[in-house]
Amino acid sequence: MIALLMRDLKLAFRAGGGFGLGLAFFLIVVVLVPFGVGPQTALLSRIAAGILWVGALLACLLSLDRLFALDWEDGSLDLLATSPLPLEAVAVSKALAHWLTTGLPLVVASPVFGLLLGLPEAGYIFVVLSLLIGTPALSFIGAFGAALTVGIKRGGLLLSLLVLPLYVPTLIFGAEVARRGSEGLAVQTPLLLLAGITFGSMALLPFASALVLRVNLR
Amino acid sequence: MLKVTDLAVARGGIAVLEGVTFEVAKGQAVILRGDNGSGKTTLLRTIAGLQEPLAGQVDCAPDSIAYAAHLDGIKANLTVEENLKFWADVFQSDQMSKAVEAFDLGGLLQRPANTLSAGQKRRLGLSRLLVTGRDIWVLDEPTVSLDAFTVKAFAEIVKAHLAGGGCALIATHVDLGLVGDTLDVMQFHAKGDSTLSSFDEGFL
Repeated sequence: MIALLMRDLKLAFRAGGGFGLGLAFFLIVVVLVPFGVGPQTALLSRIAAGILWVGALLACLLSLDRLFALDWEDGSLDLLATSPLPLEAVAVSKALAHWLTTGLPLVVASPVFGLLLGLPEAGYIFVVLSLLIGTPALSFIGAFGAALTVGIKRGGLLLSLLVLPLYVPTLIFGAEVARRGSEGLAVQTPLLLLAGITFGSMALLPFASALVLRVNLR
Repeated sequence: MLKVTDLAVARGGIAVLEGVTFEVAKGQAVILRGDNGSGKTTLLRTIAGLQEPLAGQVDCAPDSIAYAAHLDGIKANLTVEENLKFWADVFQSDQMSKAVEAFDLGGLLQRPANTLSAGQKRRLGLSRLLVTGRDIWVLDEPTVSLDAFTVKAFAEIVKAHLAGGGCALIATHVDLGLVGDTLDVMQFHAKGDSTLSSFDEGFL
């Protein structure tokens, strides 16, 4: 499992691996929004937390379709399925690798992007915290979507349609934590629910992913 | 070591073979023959456990099958060594140097896999078989894109594997010069009256 994780990380950092793609996309979204909203700092700082969350969500989505598709195309997935590694473990390490190469960089970069959007000072810690707790759920839910669409040529669009609705609860509670934090309100309830979604999807979805992978391998 | 009893397999929801029964003993190779589309690949995938049989059963020790198909599962951006090392780690095996030697990959170890020729990639793909350290080799057209010299070398590797107490089930059109039975899958061709189980998750 560690071997698979290390290989995926290595591949992500090699040429064409897609590391930084999500981050660059996140940056572009964050830069574009002020152009669209216009020069209203007050309005911008009020919606900053929400924009950061939507941006992170879309950036996560961007690299999802290659999660299993590349291994499917070159036959590795068949070989992994016949290896001692259970497909559940494959799904976990794939999702983990996706989070480490997409989610974690977003978490780290989010304070800088918050600055670009004029995020209120009190909000920084909560934006980082909510992203840190929430983005693993995005990767694990996304891995399930990627497993569902693995055999489909050009499955990226279908994947987005399947996964985005599933992202709604994470987005709601994540953005709520960031918003309440920015306004100095209590964040405990949405934070707990967000953590619940993350741990729930980490615990359950790898089994679902492995199941649909088995069906798709036939 | 590998016993297949009354197996029926389907491809894309259509039964292609039924009543497949044979046995591969220790030290023996069974060569599968059959026209294109006769179901050799489907049969091998079923035996390797990648798809469910319609009926019948496959008996062998758990985790004893090493499967190699048309695609080699090579990552183009990794070097030959990294590719092999990955499979060695997955199978928790220390057979890597043996595999490198057998398939003459020593000079290629540091080369990125995307600079390999088709034949070299195939050699890398097949060397994984030795890395797995598993006894039952299930091979689907292993000699595609190999030159005559390498085919001979590969036949020797298979022979060594058989002599070492393994066995092999190989679908091929090339004569590898192995001692063993030849099984023509055409005789098991499904008559077309076998129906699928009521629910096919394949629609996903």
